[in-house]
Amino acid sequence: MTFDVKKQAPNIIVWVLLLTLPLWIEHAGSYIQLGTQVVVMALGAMALNFLLGYTGVLSFGHAAYFGLGAYGAGLTLRYLAPSTGSAIVVGVLAGMVAAAVIGPLIVRLRGVYFAMVTIAFGQVFYFVAFRWNAVTGGDDGLTNWKRQPLHVGPMTFDIQSNATNFYFFVLAIFALAVAVMAFLLRSPFGRTLIAIRENERRTRFMGINVNLHIWLSWMISCTFMALAGTLYALLNNFVDPRALFWTQSGTFVIICVMGGMRSFWGPLVGAAIFVWLQDYLSSLTPNWQSFVGLVFVAVVLFFPRGVLGILRRRALE
Amino acid sequence: MTQLLLLAVINGLIVGAFYALMAIGLSLIMSLSDVINFAHGGFLAVGAYLAYSMAPYLGFWGGLIVAPILTALLGLLVERFLISRVYGRDPLYSLLLTFGLAFIFEDVTRYIWGAQSLPYQVPGWLMAPLSLDLFFLTGYRVFMIALIVLVVGALFWVMTRTRLGLRIRAGTLDLETVSVLGVNVRVLRNLNFGIGIFLAGLAGVLAAGQLGLTPTIGSSLIMQSFVAIIIGGLGSLTGTLLGGLLIGLAMNVTAVFLPSATEAVIYVMMALVLLVRPQGLLGEEGRF
Repeated sequence: MTFDVKKQAPNIIVWVLLLTLPLWIEHAGSYIQLGTQVVVMALGAMALNFLLGYTGVLSFGHAAYFGLGAYGAGLTLRYLAPSTGSAIVVGVLAGMVAAAVIGPLIVRLRGVYFAMVTIAFGQVFYFVAFRWNAVTGGDDGLTNWKRQPLHVGPMTFDIQSNATNFYFFVLAIFALAVAVMAFLLRSPFGRTLIAIRENERRTRFMGINVNLHIWLSWMISCTFMALAGTLYALLNNFVDPRALFWTQSGTFVIICVMGGMRSFWGPLVGAAIFVWLQDYLSSLTPNWQSFVGLVFVAVVLFFPRGVLGILRRRALE
Repeated sequence: MTQLLLLAVINGLIVGAFYALMAIGLSLIMSLSDVINFAHGGFLAVGAYLAYSMAPYLGFWGGLIVAPILTALLGLLVERFLISRVYGRDPLYSLLLTFGLAFIFEDVTRYIWGAQSLPYQVPGWLMAPLSLDLFFLTGYRVFMIALIVLVVGALFWVMTRTRLGLRIRAGTLDLETVSVLGVNVRVLRNLNFGIGIFLAGLAGVLAAGQLGLTPTIGSSLIMQSFVAIIIGGLGSLTGTLLGGLLIGLAMNVTAVFLPSATEAVIYVMMALVLLVRPQGLLGEEGRF
């Protein structure tokens, strides 16, 4: 296999930028935690895009799995074990199990109805986190816990107090998750998902079990979303029910659309823009929520293809 | 215990009727235009706050009539200039658009009226209990039920007995054919959206009297309406009405026995319905 520089250019650019981020982020007038947040949100959005962009299934309830991952990690560190690794494993499992259970109820649905059912289902976890005060801290959020230094064999990595180390820790997990998703999308399984997106009926006529594939895609998507949630909790050393609220789901969808749903790196671009914009606007005005809303409206009306979609179209012309 | 249960049932029906009012509006819009109006709760809040601001001039009764109408007018404008532009595109875009609008509505109401909760004055004689045995049954609650019954009844009359209703119902089945038969579909969708928003505005005024006013009133009520639609069956107004009443009842009865599961119970119901009848209790098979 020859190395096609032109084809690999986006990957090279993305990885060079991400790996050197700690060197330039402060010169760009920002800070490392924001960079970590971009990577975390990008992982969540790419997980959602697995379902939304590549399988063509309209899920609006992904915040639930993000929040389950976050609470899974936070509760593990608070009550079970002072281990960052176990926190991540528990959070991811929580999201995966919930997705596996809810999956069969929704795979038969399509279009806006699928969107409505997923977003409604997501709310149940919000109410659990909100109501179960004794364990989750209710509306005030889950506090009194911290991510722990990482022990690998005899070595110890201080990801607790060193923000740069934590960034690279998150980036390593991001790289792994993204590699798995890219691998899956290139496999026959991934091609089947794209076939479902393009023409569900025809795919079905070829003897493919569409509902099973959607269920699997849904589970993969939610599992990686939960992974992003665990990292989000570790980043902030805090979780509150807002991570699970239905408005959070819309944020992930707009990140996908803003970056470009049809491009693999689109959600990363969207996350970078969205996280930076939200940070900038909230430092500027208490009414940043209106501006975020305006971003939604503007993207839908004027940039429906997203940044990478527009760039790709330019390149083709 | 019996007294407590009776209270829960009556309360449940009242709350349920309220959810139904909101859900019917959402359902109308979703059936005809394939748009999930996430901004529905935002319109509800606008209706409530408009009534609050007009109360000093028009009183409670004036606000009750004028606020929903103004909200509906706002709805007509939003549909005409924003939402109608994404019809026919991937449904994803209409969802994101109304999502963005929901953010804007909530923030603008907070900006204008403040984040703190405001009390909404209902005429004193309406707040008095009707009888000593049923102390919880205030005149306002009975009035709320009567008004909702009246409005929903009027809506059913419009949908079954008038040309507009006939066209809307035909449009939900096959919009293209309706268009070919010479009906101006753009106007039809616009009016349909306006009706839905009118119901949201009315629900807002009624909610204000019962719950008080906060900017998040809309986003906290909208999910229950989705559940009502899913349980009742999309595309069936009777189903949506039934769904609303059922979840209101379920929530209030559960609150008596297991208060912490008040909200969770309706999602369990939704899961059961989806398991047994994915199209909802009164929904038609094969629509989704």
